[in-house]
Amino acid sequence: MIPFWALVRKDLRLFFNDRRAVVVGLLVPIVLASFFGYLFGGQGGKTETSRMPVLVTDQDGSAISRAIIAQLSSDKNLDVKLSTADEARLQVRKGKARAAIVIPKDFGADAGRAFFAGAKKPEISLLYDPSHGMEMGMVQGILSGAVMQAVSKEMFSGQSGREMVKESLAQIEKNSQMTPTEKKSLRDLLGSVEKWNEQQANEPASGRDVPAGGLTIPFETHEEAITSGTEDKYNSYAHAFGGMGIQFILFMGLDVGVRLLLLRQSGLWQRLRAAPLSRSMLLGSRAVSAALISGFILFVLFTFARLAFGVRIQGSVLGFLGVCAAFSLMTAAFGLLIAALGKTVEATRGYAVMATLIMVMLGGSWVPTMFFPQWMQKLTVVIPTRWAMDGLDGMTWRGLGLSEALLPIAVLLLFTLLFGVLAVMSFRWEADG
Amino acid sequence: MLEVKALKKAYEKIVAVDGVSLRAGSAETIGLLGPNGAGKTTTVSMIAGLFPPDSGEVLIDGSPLRGDTDPIKRKIGLVPQNIALYDELTALDNLTFLGALYDLHGTVLKRAIAEALDLVGLADRAKDKVRTFSGGMKRRLNLAAALLHDPQILLLDEPTVGVDPQSRNAIFDNLETLKKRGKTLVYTTHYMEEAERLCDRIIIIDNGKVIANDTLNGLHRMLPVTNLLAIELEGPDGFKPESLLALPEVVSAEVREGTLRVGLHNLTTGAPAILRWLAESGYPYQHVTSERPDLETVFLTLTGRNLRDS
Repeated sequence: MIPFWALVRKDLRLFFNDRRAVVVGLLVPIVLASFFGYLFGGQGGKTETSRMPVLVTDQDGSAISRAIIAQLSSDKNLDVKLSTADEARLQVRKGKARAAIVIPKDFGADAGRAFFAGAKKPEISLLYDPSHGMEMGMVQGILSGAVMQAVSKEMFSGQSGREMVKESLAQIEKNSQMTPTEKKSLRDLLGSVEKWNEQQANEPASGRDVPAGGLTIPFETHEEAITSGTEDKYNSYAHAFGGMGIQFILFMGLDVGVRLLLLRQSGLWQRLRAAPLSRSMLLGSRAVSAALISGFILFVLFTFARLAFGVRIQGSVLGFLGVCAAFSLMTAAFGLLIAALGKTVEATRGYAVMATLIMVMLGGSWVPTMFFPQWMQKLTVVIPTRWAMDGLDGMTWRGLGLSEALLPIAVLLLFTLLFGVLAVMSFRWEADG
Repeated sequence: MLEVKALKKAYEKIVAVDGVSLRAGSAETIGLLGPNGAGKTTTVSMIAGLFPPDSGEVLIDGSPLRGDTDPIKRKIGLVPQNIALYDELTALDNLTFLGALYDLHGTVLKRAIAEALDLVGLADRAKDKVRTFSGGMKRRLNLAAALLHDPQILLLDEPTVGVDPQSRNAIFDNLETLKKRGKTLVYTTHYMEEAERLCDRIIIIDNGKVIANDTLNGLHRMLPVTNLLAIELEGPDGFKPESLLALPEVVSAEVREGTLRVGLHNLTTGAPAILRWLAESGYPYQHVTSERPDLETVFLTLTGRNLRDS
């Protein structure tokens, strides 16, 4: 075992000898992970959400449109400002506003008619920035609630509501297509509404527990982030540091492969091959040293994340170590595969960088896979980094137990085996150059 | 004792080594001389066990070399043509690592490193990083690295490429010391002067084949001439050397770098006739020297090409 450990020691020494590269290699993922962690919500203690800038154009000026605007402005998710239609369109195009709501002329009256008599529904224009498509759904939801509340309130208790009921009652009498039974039912309904409106006008419901605010969504939500099952809040730094760790360790694996390619072109390779060493020792020692370096990088990143951002392993520590070890071995095998399949250093580096970035991207290192479309989430199970990310997330902020780490560990080890076997089978042992 | 029998190696359709055989005993230096691409490095690589030959075998003390982990490999030390050291590590760290590859450790390894560094005169630079070494020092350390496990056979693949004359002489001195210690040296080079100075036997290789295998004197005996007359012409332009072939005793004539080189059977009778002919034909000359033909001439005679131009 003396030669084996000499080979491992030499690789570690070469890695740590280049102190500047080590510092940069650790500093860059720390900076990026800190940035992404902050961007995706920080340590969970963050209560203020950034309000979405939305412009509203009121071309109606009715009580209903004013009520809608008041309702939108009171929402904690929106930063509402009034604007003209042209300005609103321009600001959305420039990306200064995420969306603009244009309430057309006569909206209040048309909405009232549509509310009781099934007349043609008026349209509210919703202009949005297509790069924020996901936020569009949220604006639509908030707008629907605001319109429903404002229109129903006005219909049941406002001046225009009383006029609208009278108008609707007159239209029912003229309607020749309705049966007498249908007419009677509608007359009764609108008559009750008319009576209610008159009662509200004569003795307002102030101070009494009477529902006078129009129709509202009949529930409220209680939001709770489910993390480790304890009272710990979600810490997005855990995911960010895991993701960046995976990315930069893969780059380190890539470097292992390229260095091996370069080594094969040097006299050192001849010297190593001249010594009585088995091929498995030559490749195995390199895999072990790469895995140790990977483990070191993960250790430094998560230690920093713990100290600076309070990232904790809320699940199984053993599971966490297992995922780290399995991913480190997978990276080492990935590096050997690069060396085995590579021909020229330049071309190999290009292909390997591309493969690494794809693995990182589809594995959820940059953006969690939950943001991926469903089909893509299913597809990415063939990407080893996806399993590493799931394993690290599971053992850190999700707080899952050892049993939940076993599948990611097993899959990562299978990838290690696959890459390792392919590397050994296709490795060219004769020196290049 | 190193014995190589009919080694062959081809890369697809290109035959790199074609039936090379050689024998080398203790305290003997064998030179593999040939132009670049002749098959010298491939031959040495197969002897070192870097890859197996397509056919033929390598015997070390009568035992064939088999597989990557064959303990016989410990009897071989390889000095690769390229510097085989880690620039980022110190000389000591390099040697410690390379010695460990042969299972050396502890005091045995320390002693081996000290002896190797002493031999190549780098003991005082042991703790310096290799990247601070000159080219010649790196070459000497490259040699030292192959000596740590005290191999019986030392394979030296062009070990003086790109070094200054001083370092080259230092390496030659080291090799002579090793030879005196009874080591078998196999030395590849395309510098005929090195082969002439160091080697007991010289094997000339061209296009993967052995075209001569003899002592220096033996190789000279293969030549059709025993003497060379070198005449520095004042104006060699337009001179046709083949016109000298009509003179008695003249076997060959060529102009190389302004110097007329004439091969003769008999210097005593041939030289005056040539000089007289040149004077009478209007070709004045400055300097005249005579010498024994070198390996360049041997190569030229055997292949019809110059060694350096190949």
